[in-house]
Amino acid sequence: MKVSLFITCLCDIFSTNVGKDTVEILERVGCEVDFPELQTCCGQPAYNSGYLKDSKEAMKQMMRAFRDSEYVVGPSGSCVGMLREYPEVFAGDPDWEEPAKELAAKSYELTQFLVDVIGVVDIGSTFKGRVTYHPSCHMTRILGVKDAPKALLQQVKGVELVELPIAEDCCGFGGTFAVKHAAISEQMVSEKSQHVSETNAEFLVGGDMGCLLNIGGRMAREGKKVEVMHITGILNYRQ
Amino acid sequence: MSIKIGNAPFESRVQDGIKNDFMRKAVSSAQGRFRSGRLVAAEELGNWEEWRTLGEEIRSHTLENLDYYLEQLSDEVSKRGGNVFFAQTAEEANEYIKEVVKKKEAKKIVKSKSMVTEEIGLNHALEEVGSEVIETDLGEWILQLDEDPPSHIVTPALHKDKGQIRETFAVKKGYDKSDRPEELALFAREQLRQEFLQADVGITGCNFAVAESGAITLVTNEGNARLATALPDTQISVMGMERIVPTWEELEVMVSLLTRAAVGQKLTSYVTSLTGTRLEDEVDGPEEFHLVILDNGRSKILGTEFQAALHCIRCASCINVCPVYRHVGGHAYGSIYPGPIGAVLSPLLDGYDDHKELPYASSLCGACTEACPVKIPLHEMLIRHRQIIVERENKAPKTEKMMMKGYAKWASSPAAYKMSTKVARPALKLWTKDESISSGPGPLKGWTDSRNFPAPSKQSFRAWYKERQKGGSYNGNPK
Repeated sequence: MKVSLFITCLCDIFSTNVGKDTVEILERVGCEVDFPELQTCCGQPAYNSGYLKDSKEAMKQMMRAFRDSEYVVGPSGSCVGMLREYPEVFAGDPDWEEPAKELAAKSYELTQFLVDVIGVVDIGSTFKGRVTYHPSCHMTRILGVKDAPKALLQQVKGVELVELPIAEDCCGFGGTFAVKHAAISEQMVSEKSQHVSETNAEFLVGGDMGCLLNIGGRMAREGKKVEVMHITGILNYRQ
Repeated sequence: MSIKIGNAPFESRVQDGIKNDFMRKAVSSAQGRFRSGRLVAAEELGNWEEWRTLGEEIRSHTLENLDYYLEQLSDEVSKRGGNVFFAQTAEEANEYIKEVVKKKEAKKIVKSKSMVTEEIGLNHALEEVGSEVIETDLGEWILQLDEDPPSHIVTPALHKDKGQIRETFAVKKGYDKSDRPEELALFAREQLRQEFLQADVGITGCNFAVAESGAITLVTNEGNARLATALPDTQISVMGMERIVPTWEELEVMVSLLTRAAVGQKLTSYVTSLTGTRLEDEVDGPEEFHLVILDNGRSKILGTEFQAALHCIRCASCINVCPVYRHVGGHAYGSIYPGPIGAVLSPLLDGYDDHKELPYASSLCGACTEACPVKIPLHEMLIRHRQIIVERENKAPKTEKMMMKGYAKWASSPAAYKMSTKVARPALKLWTKDESISSGPGPLKGWTDSRNFPAPSKQSFRAWYKERQKGGSYNGNPK
């Protein structure tokens, strides 16, 4: 199966290991991975801030980049969720409505792709540790992926998965929200950090780097020792 | 009072909220109760998602045919001896009600809880003509004594504790007992009972008007709406023009959704439906009944992309799940309609000038949309408001506009984007220590004031990928 990696700008520039792990995971389950270099950012920072025109420039670039791809898979519920909304954004646009529909139809978040398309929950990983999982809002509510990440984590040998209290609550990231309303965002992330502490987990795991940078950044500031990892870091681990 | 409350700028209202530890504790624990209550009540009902779909269909059908149902409602109310007045604006509604009250020479008026009368500032208008207005919902009464606006649309005094309430009762009403809720409630009951008995006019809101029968339905837990409509000779009900259901059958569905979504109850203690005046062959009912149907900006929303906002049945479940509301409280919104629905409705009903910050007071987590019993796409409407603020109202900050222009150029040019993956790290080098930024420049500052930001990687993913294709490998994890 041919898969084009949608790296997401955060993982291209900041959390590059997520991309590396994603490539290796996809190859492990038998995919042939390519990386279309024309890709940039999904458009969400501008779209969610109300800059529709500016966001469309980014979206068009993504449609150009993945035009020939069979499947597009990315390690982010939020960014893939944005790709899936392209058809609504370009509804009625004679040039872009069709490409938008095509891209949305072939785009998947990584765990969703593994479970729903490849049909695998155990990819033979081993990772020792007490792990709690933060289900990011866009992964669950926008993209509708609720079970796949946990199903995969449960199959990793050595993982002790503990429930995060009020897990469905937003961590306060919200893209530009974290900067525009930093004071409110701070209260939200502090509460999330508190909930993580209550689990006594050694690792906080999630499927969206934005949220993880937010929670991880807060916990580091608070001097907490919990290690924050993208789910790909665990799924690609074999001790 | 009107939709807007207070004059302090948004940022300072937010700070006041964040610093108010007591309020935050009260809101957080109430949200916890409401949230679990709603989930249990939904579970008990079974097929909650199907009920939501049904709720949405009923609301959507009613709004699509609003002219028809309004006429039917009006005819039915008239047939049963009531007077119907369509008010285009808050002023028109207030003027009409003042006239009724003046004709009755009403000295004392009792009111049951109603957000729409808060919206039009009715109490203030009636005081102008010399009538004494008494709120009879316990929460509203406390706020009225304290001259404080509501902070929640279902539980208006959510931000107050029993100590504060005791103090208010002591100062304003000479209360001299403890802060035990039972004693406080008994005192309020005794006081309010006298008011009910002396009142000349009773004013209510309206949860749903049933078009086929002209019945006004009120959903309460205290029974005050029943007293306010049973004792005084004159009854006035004020309703937003969208608060209609076609028949009793739809009423049953909507009330089931409302009480469960609002407070996690199968049914509230009282659900009261009232039709018109006391007719010749009837033994009870008011001598005079007036139904004031308020537009006040609602008809402008009909037919627009925001029409679904009029589906709202004021259950507050979006408010009860909102993490932003939890940390800043209702007053921070500066509108009598707080939380996600307030952030959507306030600019629509009252313009962007006074409410332009509200659509941004959300992380777009979507918890509101998920909770809404009539499926209003609240977070999507917040994005649409932002688009209007940027593109039509031109109220976005200049620096933000420039940044977004830059963003568009960056994200539409693979070459510029690729360059940025190379220069990001050196550009932030000055602020980087141990692969982390603890005090960032420009827009990063808001972030780094309370959390660390990572340094860009030494090598971008795409650079690594190129190397890998030439035979490089990933050495991140032991394999």
